[in-house]
Amino acid sequence: MTVLDSKIPAGPLQDKWQNWLDAHTLVGPRNRAGKNVIVIGTGLAGASCAASLGAQGFKVKSFCFQDSPRRAHSIAAQGGINAAKDYANEGDSAHRLFKDTIKGGDFRSREANVMRLAQLSENIIDQAVAQGVPFNREYSGALATRSFGGVLVQRTFYTRGQTGQQLLLGAYSALEHQVAAGNIEVFNRHEMQDVVIVDGEARGVIVRNLITGEIERHAADAVVLASGGYTNVYYLSTNAMGSNVTATWRAHKRGAFFANPCYTQIHPTCIPQSGEYQSKLTLMSESLRNDGRIWVPRKSGDDRPPAEVPEAERYYFLEERYPAFGNLAPRDIASRAAKVVCDDGLGVGGTGRGVFLDFRDAIGAQGKDAIERKYGNLFEMYSRITGDNPYETPMMIYPAPHYAMGGLWVDYELQTTIPGLFAIGEANFSDHGANRLGASALMQCLADGYFVAPHTVTNHLAKNHDEVSTSDSAFDEVESDVRGHIQKLMDVGGGTSAQAFHREMGHVMLDKCGMSRTAEGLDEALTDMRKIKAEFWSDLRVDPGDEEFNQSLEYANRVSDFLELGELMIHDARRREESCGGHFREEHQTDDGEALRDDDHFAKVTAWEFGGDDPVPHDEALVFDDVKLATRSYK
Amino acid sequence: MKFTLEIWRQFDGSDENDKGRFETFQVEDIDPDASLLEVLDQLNERLSREKQRNIAFDSDCREGICGACSLVIDGTPHGPQQVTSCQTYMRDFIDGQTITIEPYRANTFPVIRDLAVDRGALDRVIQAGGYISTTTGPQPDPNAMPVSPEVQEQAMDAAICIGCGACVAACPNGAAMLFTGAKVTHLNVLPQGQPERQDRVIGMVEQMDAEGFGGCTNYGECSRVCPQEISIDVIGMLNREYRKAKLTKKSKPDKAMTTQ
Amino acid sequence: MIEYWRSTIGKKQVVAITGAILVGYLILHMLGNLNSAFGPGADEARVDWYAHWLRDFGEPLLPHGFVVWVVRVVLLGAIITHITGIVQLVKRNREARPANFPARRIGRSVESIAMLGTGTLLIAFIVFHILQFTTLSIHVTPVEPEEVYANLYYAFQEWYFLAIYLAALILIGMHLRHGVWSMFQTLGLDNPNRNAKLRHGSTALVVVLVAGFAAVPVLFFTDVLDPPKTTAVITALSGVPV
Repeated sequence: MTVLDSKIPAGPLQDKWQNWLDAHTLVGPRNRAGKNVIVIGTGLAGASCAASLGAQGFKVKSFCFQDSPRRAHSIAAQGGINAAKDYANEGDSAHRLFKDTIKGGDFRSREANVMRLAQLSENIIDQAVAQGVPFNREYSGALATRSFGGVLVQRTFYTRGQTGQQLLLGAYSALEHQVAAGNIEVFNRHEMQDVVIVDGEARGVIVRNLITGEIERHAADAVVLASGGYTNVYYLSTNAMGSNVTATWRAHKRGAFFANPCYTQIHPTCIPQSGEYQSKLTLMSESLRNDGRIWVPRKSGDDRPPAEVPEAERYYFLEERYPAFGNLAPRDIASRAAKVVCDDGLGVGGTGRGVFLDFRDAIGAQGKDAIERKYGNLFEMYSRITGDNPYETPMMIYPAPHYAMGGLWVDYELQTTIPGLFAIGEANFSDHGANRLGASALMQCLADGYFVAPHTVTNHLAKNHDEVSTSDSAFDEVESDVRGHIQKLMDVGGGTSAQAFHREMGHVMLDKCGMSRTAEGLDEALTDMRKIKAEFWSDLRVDPGDEEFNQSLEYANRVSDFLELGELMIHDARRREESCGGHFREEHQTDDGEALRDDDHFAKVTAWEFGGDDPVPHDEALVFDDVKLATRSYK
Repeated sequence: MKFTLEIWRQFDGSDENDKGRFETFQVEDIDPDASLLEVLDQLNERLSREKQRNIAFDSDCREGICGACSLVIDGTPHGPQQVTSCQTYMRDFIDGQTITIEPYRANTFPVIRDLAVDRGALDRVIQAGGYISTTTGPQPDPNAMPVSPEVQEQAMDAAICIGCGACVAACPNGAAMLFTGAKVTHLNVLPQGQPERQDRVIGMVEQMDAEGFGGCTNYGECSRVCPQEISIDVIGMLNREYRKAKLTKKSKPDKAMTTQ
Repeated sequence: MIEYWRSTIGKKQVVAITGAILVGYLILHMLGNLNSAFGPGADEARVDWYAHWLRDFGEPLLPHGFVVWVVRVVLLGAIITHITGIVQLVKRNREARPANFPARRIGRSVESIAMLGTGTLLIAFIVFHILQFTTLSIHVTPVEPEEVYANLYYAFQEWYFLAIYLAALILIGMHLRHGVWSMFQTLGLDNPNRNAKLRHGSTALVVVLVAGFAAVPVLFFTDVLDPPKTTAVITALSGVPV
């Protein structure tokens, strides 16, 4: 078994990052223009990393499949970003943010990484403000904060309900600034197809120009994957239509280990599904849980209008089960609780898969104006999508796949098992353990992109690298594999669109590898997935013409990877015989239905080596020196 | 519900001979709560079964924030509701009606295929000054530079622009004034944006002209289709900033913009 | 300055400034016209006195008619610049847009759509107006040099002249209703707090301007104002030289 070296620096937890920074190798300013870096993806992590490397003087090529780097799905994050600034004078600190994140992740993340994240959180806010991100302000002109799920302090900074948008536009503007300065070249509508490895190191990528269909080669001294998460494996999710796993999955097939793929987050507050042909689910910010109360009628089949259900007959299940955190219980817990009440037949809405999120009491106590100021745009969005007015009738919500904690395995330097290949942001597995707390994704993406990867990538670039040319035979081989795969998709010649297969596999994954899982269900899921994969390769229909703008080919290409990833998730969920965070195995629960961890056997990361139908697991033990392993309780 | 869809087909926007045309499709059994883009998805699934070419169109987040979707629906960019194309639901239409769907029309947005267009010109306008030239590194504590909530609100009202380009498509002159004005307003009202405020506006306006966008005739249609409801006040702001910059600025604008 | 003129915004602002000059002139012109409302007077109509005063202004320091000629040169320059700017902008705007674009117009005001049309008609009207009352080249009704009151009186006894002038005033009203507010927006003189006031103020200014101009022909046509008393006119009327 390969030993995974996490390269965690020596020294006390608080000093590890500074120690690493003090010891890492630099590239002199005059040599930087000769070093090339490829960054895949232009979300928070990718754009901030490319901009930071460009500002140092490295030559960066930045790729995104969207028509502009500004469209990356980070833009849809609503609620906020955490930072341990303690402006609210609550005794908050980096250490407290660290502990909350470790606990929130159900003790399945690396202490050193999380501590670094907590320490860097303050710098992110400063950086964003300097870029002109218009965070909400108090009357004094000071930054405003609010609280989010899973914590007892107000450390979340926000720009109305569009924090992700503003932070992304900040990173995008930094990126475009470096484009203007000549340090970055952006390739929009280009999708990475594969990574090229020369002498054991990542030295380039093969991309497809989505407009012309041309297959292009790009060489570099390091490759950074910031291609986001894989939650679209469930078909219906809060991810964008184009969000995909192709970049990380193809890297995995070239040798990068994939860690904890079964850790996916199902977000509790989304608008329930309404029809079979629905293409995506829309998230309602978790911040709504600050003032909204979640309930279902106590009686099954109670179809009175919600306003007519008397107080005594309302089951505020989060407040009753978790009195300390109430409606602000962490996402995995809130989602599962909603699923449990719906499984018990108490769900509301046409499908019975919904719970109320009620603002009646908050409007009564604070007035409609106050609620409108805080959540106006979210209420508007809700009423736009559903046609209901949440000021008068409670919202209906239901959990939906939202975020992937799993991703490519990386060491402390965010380097994958392929030297020179880095993975940052949601694309890696590192900081959130088995469950991510709200307002932490923006924090992690920007910490990786602004403050970690620029240094760790530099450290790699400081090594002497031979020139590599795109005419190297390694490029020939990988390009021919890429062309072969595309040809294979073109050649199936069936009559079913990729979307139909995607929908079918999404049902299987959500049903059997979603919010709760059983050994039996997972075994069935594996069979089902293999069947769907076989059908995909015998009945797929792709529009003719691979050397032109062909969206059906793009889609099929992505689904072909989701089909393989789905199997790996099932293997991982099957192997992890415990419940932790977003991974809930029904066989492993306490008497009152809470997740039951098995720290003796599973306080570890599972990193999978690609092996087709028989992937090979490798373990990295998790060592907890600072926090004590404890049962996670929000009661 | 059922509808007749008149959809613009143009297989290769770069081919001068392909001028494009409308094709008619009938769709039936439509859920009123489906979005128009989901109806196009369904239609594409059907076209796949019939071994016909899918209709190309851009979309990504499908929740009105990424700005990728870009349809002209019944003659209006993003349709009649002043929301993004992806948030246009079939319940907004009358059962049985004919709906025309076209790409954005502006010479600065060349058609790629069918309903997909190239909006790279907007990125280039941003490159010409739509940022604060700071680089990653230690920054002052934000509370050392207080911003009143009013100023923050004014900046935010402009900063919410999603860059969809509907303003350009709606403008009879194909102008990008609302887009550019929104970015100039966002950055120029904030204290962080002050040092570069003149370079910013001059650079962005010059790029806007170089791209071939038209000029503003104060029709206000841009603002009326903007899914973020950005006010044409930002155009007044852009005009003011440009006038002041041109009348008071002495040095050439390009130096500050190429700092490393 | 050349760069400023070359940019769309700069050019538009020049159009706005020249427009403002023309509007400023219209206000003075309207006030001057109202002198006619004082009637034919005892020995000289007030409007005639005003016309002489304008020409004599600044004498002997300035030559006779100097102010009038300065104003004429400025106005001609403003109109030519205004039109040149518009023509270039229109060309540019059309190039930014594919031809025959079938889009529906969304909530545009009639005035804004008609700007080009009202502007073109106004040029024609200005030419006509100068031929009638400045160069006195149109002899449908009696015209005599330096007899402003009489010239106006006889012209506006005819319904068709009244109709032409009122129609022109409608055009001016339309053009300015969009134009005056646009000028504030184009020059960036507005701000969100003032915007509504500016819009209403612009409309009010246009209403006052149009009403002020309309008053004179209407008062003549309705015989509220008495006929002129000068001998020259009596001559003209009788056709017999005195």
